[in-house]
Amino acid sequence: MAMHSRQPIESGCPDGFQYMHPTMVKNYGQWKYHEHPQPGVLKHVAYSGEEIWTVRAGTQRILDVFTLRKLCDIGDKFADGYVHFTIRSNIEYMVADGSKVAPLIKELTDNGFIVGGTKNSVAMISHTQGWLHCDIPGTDASGVVKSMMDELIDEFRTNTMPNRVHITTSCCQINCGGQGDIAINVQHTKPPKINHDLVANVCERPSVVARCPVAAIRPAMVNGKPSLEVDEKKCICCGACFPPCPPMQINDAENSKLAIWVGGNHSNARSKPTFQRLVASGVPNNPPRWPEATAIVKKILKVYKEDAKDWERINDWIERIGWPRFFELTNLPFTKFHIDNWRGARRSLNSSTHIRF
Amino acid sequence: MNKHETPMLDQLESGEWPSFISGFKRLRDEHPEKRINEVANSLLGQLEHSYETRKGYWKGGTVSVFGYGGGIIPRFSEVGHAFPESKEFHTLRVQPPAGNFYTTSMLRQLADSWEKYGSGLQTFHGQTGNIMFIGTTTENTQHFFDEINEYGWDLGGAGPCVRTAMSCIGAARCEMSCAHEHKIHRLLVNNFTDDVHRPALPYKFKFKVSGCPNDCQNAIERADMAVIGTWRDDIQIDEAEVAAFIAKKGRQYVIDNVITRCPTSCMTLSDDDKLSVDNRNCVRCMHCLNVMPKALHPGKDHGVTILIGGKRTLKIGDLMGTVVVPFKKLETDEDYESLVELAEETIDFFAENALEHERTGEMIERIGLVNFLEGIGIDVDPNMVAEPRQCSYVRMDTWDEEAAKWFERKAEAG
Ligand code: SF4
Ligand code: SF4
Ligand code: SF4
Ligand code: SF4
Repeated sequence: MAMHSRQPIESGCPDGFQYMHPTMVKNYGQWKYHEHPQPGVLKHVAYSGEEIWTVRAGTQRILDVFTLRKLCDIGDKFADGYVHFTIRSNIEYMVADGSKVAPLIKELTDNGFIVGGTKNSVAMISHTQGWLHCDIPGTDASGVVKSMMDELIDEFRTNTMPNRVHITTSCCQINCGGQGDIAINVQHTKPPKINHDLVANVCERPSVVARCPVAAIRPAMVNGKPSLEVDEKKCICCGACFPPCPPMQINDAENSKLAIWVGGNHSNARSKPTFQRLVASGVPNNPPRWPEATAIVKKILKVYKEDAKDWERINDWIERIGWPRFFELTNLPFTKFHIDNWRGARRSLNSSTHIRF
Repeated sequence: MNKHETPMLDQLESGEWPSFISGFKRLRDEHPEKRINEVANSLLGQLEHSYETRKGYWKGGTVSVFGYGGGIIPRFSEVGHAFPESKEFHTLRVQPPAGNFYTTSMLRQLADSWEKYGSGLQTFHGQTGNIMFIGTTTENTQHFFDEINEYGWDLGGAGPCVRTAMSCIGAARCEMSCAHEHKIHRLLVNNFTDDVHRPALPYKFKFKVSGCPNDCQNAIERADMAVIGTWRDDIQIDEAEVAAFIAKKGRQYVIDNVITRCPTSCMTLSDDDKLSVDNRNCVRCMHCLNVMPKALHPGKDHGVTILIGGKRTLKIGDLMGTVVVPFKKLETDEDYESLVELAEETIDFFAENALEHERTGEMIERIGLVNFLEGIGIDVDPNMVAEPRQCSYVRMDTWDEEAAKWFERKAEAG
């Protein structure tokens, strides 16, 4: 690259106030309550009596400039020119005048964006990078989410769930997609196949050895060259060795599967935050539409919707009915793999006679 | 341009949800610039190849902008011979404004710059919270950064460094907010710009700020340092709105969905429909406020709870943050300064004591919470545990001194 001498301006995180709707600046910290007039719409009222109306819409998340400009046009013509993105990549338009809401919704809908995702809906699935631009994925992310949202679109634009449902996906076992009421994550089922010719050139062997959570990797000489070997009995197929050493090929077209986890909840609302628990695995990683994974998600959602009480998140609901009932109602198999043997796992065993019949 | 066939990806254009594939094809077919058409075509070709073979074809590398060590996610194609126009496809991580607000004119300005140098694809925002400008060459990485850096945008973190922070919409729109989320967010992360741009920590370090215990930013589960708004006085009850809620929803609804759902059974509904809270036993779980947002409001004596050590699976399994500061008032400049000092202490201790590739949560698990607290100069507090120790195998020959410290601290606090 040519010589370059411009010093960066280390301005860090910009001040958000310069981009904030004036009504929000004016009433900052002075909001009194909110209402939910219809799916996808929030009305917040300040102590001053002023209102801010929010319209939330789902998009494809990976935005091309045409779509981004379309969203801007809509914001200029039908809203006040201010937007906000939620943590799940929905776009939100804020307007001070409630009469702008209906035309704004119409314009969004006419342009193919999906208004919804508020309150007790199935929220936009949060997703990771996948084959599109990560260096370690076992599956795609945008494609899985597009396929599932096509099937869950009515649950996104209505409020028929007992409480909100956050679904996440992750395309490797680092699981950067986070915790979800339902999570669909890659689960490898075979140890990495090692490309011994490359290890010596591209991998720092000690750091690869150190990366393994179960100490299954040893330095070894293979065909007279320094390489690594994996104790396949010990290996838990987590793929942690792959990012620092690409020759540890963990991704496999057949044996990299999907697993489904439920009951992760980041909120402190009612119960303490919880991590998701395994419910199903061995689900085929089946592009371009992943129908098997979607079918299981829909089955879980159906049972949750029928059986949970208002305001119960999936973890609250299972806490009330118990795990045996969950497996019975969803008709998912309970296997030896559901019983944890990882650190601290004794706490997940039942040491009481509290059993539901 | 020879368009790559994409029979599998084409199937992602049906259905009602907006299709990212249709967006890529618009760039390929309708964009006035040939470079962008070709990049989109090449990207579609490589992605189709991934779909067919169920494998990814990007590898990392080293790319950075002048003066920085991080902020770019380098992507070089392993099948670049077949898809040459997207063979360098780096992502720039750019820090969003605190709270994720934009004007449409600023979004247009960013789109204009990106179109000049990149693929025309972007995401608001990635999992760490950055604006992701997806897909450009090594050379254009620098040009794009130079251009947007001039009008107020800076790179986020990538690699073992302080990462881009996140905060909820909070006080800007939400009645639950008990903190100035955006002020906290910027104070913290902008105090560490050097550590954001020049990765030199054992591993990543993330700040996340939520204005109330609803924790919309997943801070407890995902941040090394979670700052969460709360209050310590009484929940505010608007009696007229309680009456209106009961009139609308019915008594039974309030009993079934609010009173009996309170996790500490601290709410009562009297025979004459008056709602009261035993505030000493309220754990600020937010449930009743979420159900009755017009009638119940957080108290007025605001502050924050700070938890340290949340992270995802790699390497020892998921960990949640642990309370290290149960309540901290954030009112005066000194209050905010001491928050920043706590972050500095924590990051210094982390830099010195964590093993390579170890997050704060794993370090704490390895050395024990008490060693960490002593390292950053914080006294133990029963709010840090769900319950006291169960195992008797512990050496306690300094019990008397430790007990004396507790009484001293209590006397000091008055
Ligand atoms: S989940 Fe894994 S493969 Fe997917 S984007 Fe995150 S790190 Fe990459
Ligand atoms: S896949 Fe995981 S368990 Fe197996 S060798 Fe690699 S790091 Fe170790
Ligand atoms: S975390 Fe609390 S204050 Fe922040 S947006 Fe969520 S509910 Fe509002
Ligand atoms: S906030 Fe939670 S703990 Fe406190 S009174 Fe309401 S429901 Fe009970």
